[in-house]
Amino acid sequence: MPAIRIEQVHKSFGAFEALKGIDLTIAQGEFFALLGPNGAGKSTLINLLAGLLRPTSGRLAVMGHDVVSDYRNARRLLGVVPQELVFDPFFSVREMLRFQAGYFGLGQENDAWIDEVIENLGLTDKAHTNMRRLSGGMKRRALIAQALAHKPPVLVLDEPTAGVDVELRQMLWAFIKRLNREGHTIILTTHYLEEAETLCSRVAMLKQGEVVALDSTENLLNRVPGKKLQLKLVPTQLPPSLAPLFRSQEGDVYTLALDEAAQVEFVLAELRGAGVRVEDMQLIEADLEDVFMGIVRS
Amino acid sequence: MRGVWTLFKKEILRFWKVSFQTVAAPVITALLYLLIFSHVLEAHVQVYPGVSYTAFLIPGLMMMSLLQNSFANSSSSLIQAKVMGNIVFLLLTPLAYWELFLAFIVAAIIRGLVVGLSVWLVALFYVTLPIAHPLLIIAFALLGGGLLGALGIIAGIWAEKFDQMAAFQNFIIMPLTFLSGVFYSIHSLPSFWQKVSHLNPFFYMIDGFRYGFFGAGDIDPAISLTVVTLSFLLLSAITLQLLKSGYKLRG
Repeated sequence: MPAIRIEQVHKSFGAFEALKGIDLTIAQGEFFALLGPNGAGKSTLINLLAGLLRPTSGRLAVMGHDVVSDYRNARRLLGVVPQELVFDPFFSVREMLRFQAGYFGLGQENDAWIDEVIENLGLTDKAHTNMRRLSGGMKRRALIAQALAHKPPVLVLDEPTAGVDVELRQMLWAFIKRLNREGHTIILTTHYLEEAETLCSRVAMLKQGEVVALDSTENLLNRVPGKKLQLKLVPTQLPPSLAPLFRSQEGDVYTLALDEAAQVEFVLAELRGAGVRVEDMQLIEADLEDVFMGIVRS
Repeated sequence: MRGVWTLFKKEILRFWKVSFQTVAAPVITALLYLLIFSHVLEAHVQVYPGVSYTAFLIPGLMMMSLLQNSFANSSSSLIQAKVMGNIVFLLLTPLAYWELFLAFIVAAIIRGLVVGLSVWLVALFYVTLPIAHPLLIIAFALLGGGLLGALGIIAGIWAEKFDQMAAFQNFIIMPLTFLSGVFYSIHSLPSFWQKVSHLNPFFYMIDGFRYGFFGAGDIDPAISLTVVTLSFLLLSAITLQLLKSGYKLRG
């Protein structure tokens, strides 16, 4: 039984079709990335899974439980970290987490887990602080803790690291990786593609409400052949003979796309011939961003 | 049932943590009404034989405070959660629509009862009220609190901004409570306005509640009880339907 099964899901808001027939299956224990530009439909898809929205047509199931007809079981098995920094201003972190677990039918027997979540997210010092008094970063931690309060086997994180400092990011990923090792299925949307690249084993890319790529991270990276060569040139001018390799320019730094590393020699020879001096040079492996840009542009 | 119990507990704590504002303030307001109106009218008005105006006024003020605070509890909880966005934490849970209803209604009734009883306790310094029919008092208090709690849920679901909620409160709840016979017997009104008052469900709640104390009222308490019960059932059905459909809560 897959952790998530999404079949032919359409969602319209009035005349606007946000999702145009999504099919997606995520196995238990996967660390899965959902990527796409703003407005691609990532959050809509997550909100449909969470029951915050209802599909116009199609079916979604969490661990085999339909999110509409069997919503109680589906929601019990799902934890969602919302994108917006929302909080209840009346209660402390610990109170809030206990309430949240309580809504899922859990009582004192769950307190040890709540303490574990608090500790692992670095909230111990703030456990008895009112949510209102927390800094932005601390609120983000509390938000993640709230999604974990009922120890859901499937966890969805919608942009969990937006505006988060390095320390928390590392702490968060260490904890999430541990949960994944212990068998939790993790689904992540992020704008930081290097996060998806290092953490996730499989990636779906969404564009205008459709899945435009769905593969293992490795296969996606292999899709972009060759390497990138970054050159800082003086004078800032690329010889015409190198124009076919040109990818982009930022200030006096040119990026060229190479099929293989051996081409570097050809590039340097051409530059020397044209009397252009290389001030700095960097050979870079293709990353998910290249795949992403390639797919989004096409 | 643990989920409902948790939400109920949270709704109680939510107002109790700020009880200065949610309990003490409305009691003070009711007390001010009591001081001013009884001072001005005590010598001039006697509504029922043998019942002083101050005594007449107290059950009305108790019920008015109870109704307004029951409404305030469910409506403010929902509108705050919606505006702050933290309502998602409730919508993500396995709680069923009727469980949300139950927790919000019972918490609203409790807040109404706490405020109503507090008004009574403070008023004891002025007048000791007779209690003719305790069961009627309890029935009207519970039904009135439930009715306004349900209305609060409806308003909380409907309103998207605080000023819409304020409009609901100022243009619907306030006029209906003030024109319900809290401060006067509707028999003192011209016959047209008497008829209009009969269309106001708040009138039946106040009059029935008051009947429970004095054994006298503007109309038969059986009629009041019927009207209030039916109104409560009707509003509850509407509220449950709204929650079930996910209107304005789930897109």
